[in-house]
Amino acid sequence: MEHYNMNLTLKVWRQANSEAQGNFEIFSVANISSEMSFLEMFDVLNEQLVEEGKEPIAFDHDCREGICGMCSMYINGKPHGPWQQNTTCQLHMRAFKDGDTIVVEPWRAKAFPVIKDLIVDRGAFDRIIEAGGYVSINTGNPQDANNIPIEKKKADEAFAAAACIGCGACVAACKNSSALLFVGAKVSQLALLPQGEPERKSRVFDMLTQMDKEGFGACTSTGACEATCPKGISIANIARLNHEYIRAAVLDDTVH
Amino acid sequence: MAEKNILDNKIPEGPLDQKWTNYKGHCKLVNPSNKRKLEVIVVGTGLAGASAAATLGELGYKVKAFCYQDSPRRAHSIAAQGGINAAKNYQNDGDSVFRLFYDTIKGGDYRAREANVHRLSEVSGNIIDQCVAQGVPFAREYGGLLSNRSFGGVQVQRTFYAAGQTGQQLLLGAYSALERQVALGTVTIYNRHEMEEVVVIDGKARGIIARNLVTGEIERHFGHAVLLCTGGYGNVFFLSTNAMGSNVTAAWKAHRKGAYFANPCFTQIHPTCIPVSGENQSKLTLMSESLRNDGRIWVPKQKNDTRKGNDIPEDERDYYLERRYPAFGNLVPRDVASRAAKERCDAGYGVGTSKQSVYLDFAEAIVRYGKIECGKHGITDPSAAVIQQHGLDVVKEKYGNLFDMYAKITGEDPYLTPMRIFPAVHYTMGGLWVDYELKTTIDGLYALGECNFSDHGANRLGASALMQGLSDGYFVIPYTLGNYLADEIYNQPIPTTHPEFDKAEKEVKDRISKLLNVKGTETVDSLHRRLGKIMWDKCGMARTAEGLTEAINEIAQLRKEFWEKVKIPGSDKELNPELEKAGRVIDFIELGELMCKDALDRAESCGGHFREESQTPDGEALRHDDQFMYVSAWEFTGENPNGLLGEELHKDQLVYEVIKPTTRNYK
Repeated sequence: MEHYNMNLTLKVWRQANSEAQGNFEIFSVANISSEMSFLEMFDVLNEQLVEEGKEPIAFDHDCREGICGMCSMYINGKPHGPWQQNTTCQLHMRAFKDGDTIVVEPWRAKAFPVIKDLIVDRGAFDRIIEAGGYVSINTGNPQDANNIPIEKKKADEAFAAAACIGCGACVAACKNSSALLFVGAKVSQLALLPQGEPERKSRVFDMLTQMDKEGFGACTSTGACEATCPKGISIANIARLNHEYIRAAVLDDTVH
Repeated sequence: MAEKNILDNKIPEGPLDQKWTNYKGHCKLVNPSNKRKLEVIVVGTGLAGASAAATLGELGYKVKAFCYQDSPRRAHSIAAQGGINAAKNYQNDGDSVFRLFYDTIKGGDYRAREANVHRLSEVSGNIIDQCVAQGVPFAREYGGLLSNRSFGGVQVQRTFYAAGQTGQQLLLGAYSALERQVALGTVTIYNRHEMEEVVVIDGKARGIIARNLVTGEIERHFGHAVLLCTGGYGNVFFLSTNAMGSNVTAAWKAHRKGAYFANPCFTQIHPTCIPVSGENQSKLTLMSESLRNDGRIWVPKQKNDTRKGNDIPEDERDYYLERRYPAFGNLVPRDVASRAAKERCDAGYGVGTSKQSVYLDFAEAIVRYGKIECGKHGITDPSAAVIQQHGLDVVKEKYGNLFDMYAKITGEDPYLTPMRIFPAVHYTMGGLWVDYELKTTIDGLYALGECNFSDHGANRLGASALMQGLSDGYFVIPYTLGNYLADEIYNQPIPTTHPEFDKAEKEVKDRISKLLNVKGTETVDSLHRRLGKIMWDKCGMARTAEGLTEAINEIAQLRKEFWEKVKIPGSDKELNPELEKAGRVIDFIELGELMCKDALDRAESCGGHFREESQTPDGEALRHDDQFMYVSAWEFTGENPNGLLGEELHKDQLVYEVIKPTTRNYK
């Protein structure tokens, strides 16, 4: 791979805390190698800011391997930036050219309030899981794992849904800030597996109820979530969630 | 071997395979109505922490779980790729509890504790059952049964996996069990909180001081017991495969309060990481060891060969692992594979621009799988291109996400050209010293998972970290903690106005204000990079007494400079990532000094580290069982006037009742 260096202009959202008024601030960064990751470019900028006695830009990140789901920012208007099926930490600077101006903002969604600069609070996702994104089983004495064979295709589909990293890009990409791709992925995973069967009906109701309570918007099936998802979670999971919802509503009149 | 064992490791009497059963049968229990009155603090929410907090919540204890991330689901266990071992013998290829136990002990270079490892092997099967019951979507065969693959150091297929995202799926399983308990009210989560100090009252751990990372507020939390599940300290090397936030702070603070630190110098170097590309690199990314099931590792036979990998003909390639270790070939354990890669690169056969990497090549696997697939589909006389396409599809299904990751980071297509890999710091085998009950030398303070030292010896076999984290959290601590808490029901919760809480909080506040008041000129990252360079050069894969002695002094000097030069903007009353990093880096600096002391004491080659003074005539690692068959357990004794930290060595002798340590041979 050819390497090159570039000089860039960054327009970054700064906001001291959830109460404060935010604004864009402009920074110049020089000699950025095309081999660096986007967050490493931020590290360089931040180190420069610290040396100048200024406050570095706060952003969420941890594993930097594209799996923990912590990194989260709009880059030029797209969650996680220009590459398909990618997280910010795995975005590399060869995605940009010398002289580019890059605009960086936090996730925008009522249910994800800004904590500082590019960091938002995604606690709503945890509360949606608390509402039913699990199988109620205590630790200790389940039957032997191979006693319940699961068709490979189903297991693979369940895995594809389970691969969600909970980053919130789907919400950020959605014009209504809907969390349906996130919820759909979890509902699907457990609905596809025999282990999820006993709580199949209550789970879909409870998770959706909590989703509404958190202030996420409604889904209008425009598919921005799927297009943006770093793990390629399919919008088919939303279809499956809808199916689960109707199935539960029709088949069980005792719920809601 | 005459050294008296002054540490009571509480290994139960009786035959090895009965110890855990007997322990469980005789340990004390807490009655359910009393469990509600007992409070437990769990620090860290990775596999060990989340599974422990969820399980203790299920049992009825009042649990408080702390993590520095925004959600427990982000702990670094989530990044584990390859798999989790279990002695299920589903493949009927000769696996058993004993064989898993034996492989783990041997893989650990005979520096692990027999009783702990046997227990780990015994519960391994339950872990898989538990996770499947939670809805963890492990890989399956067409018949609907669970699939297995192989890992290094092993000749059976016992590794369960979920593509290259096994850690993620297991952690999400534990996380969902944890969130279920949150909903039930038994567990409270404190996210974006960091433990800054342990509170010890009358010799017992009774709580922690934590900092709310959003508001900067210093909080006091009481617990009848405190469990540290905070992972490893590989970031002491600056560049490692750990998450950026992974740190030693909680464990180090416990060490300074009296918990012994065991085998700190045992670091695992993972052989298959994406090589370093530039000066500003912040971390290293691992490529799962499972790739060595199918990938063949090689370097050119000719020194300084500048041709591209694909242009080097077959007979000019040196498949050095297959050549040196015919029985295990590319599946030798991590330490052996790492050393062999370093040896080839040091000898001038490395590839890539830096010459610090070797090839991991799937070309042959693609053809082999392609032929099998063509056979399955009834394609007779397939062309090379058809074989290639079918083979690529198989490899894509098995390892696709790893290949994508490689392509993103390097900009090269690993389906078309061999990957380049090099060893990197991965997992730390050392940690807080614990007894059989996972209790540290501070009563009521426990360490689970990578945070303790006990199960992996000097080298961890692949797919055993996930196993240990979940074993400790789901199946061990519920029993051993009950044994302790049964005597605690007589003790009322201690109010956090107790003078020991005052004292601990003052220590934390003083340290933070000291950090902010240095107002120096050097950034935290640059100090961290300096530490990492000393550690990698002198306490990395190859070590000498001379280098380690130098390193100890250089680190002491660095510590002095840290307190004169560190520059931290902002205040402590807000979210301040530089302040967080600074607190962690100073702890890494102190730990680095101890790691070098421990490495200096251990004048043998063992596990991932190679003492150059101790090698066989043909350059293999040479252990000295007669002198070093012990766990080094270091006691903090205060700061010395000479600028070094006071650390006293205690030895926990390793007694092998069942396995006779021999030279590890993978030939």
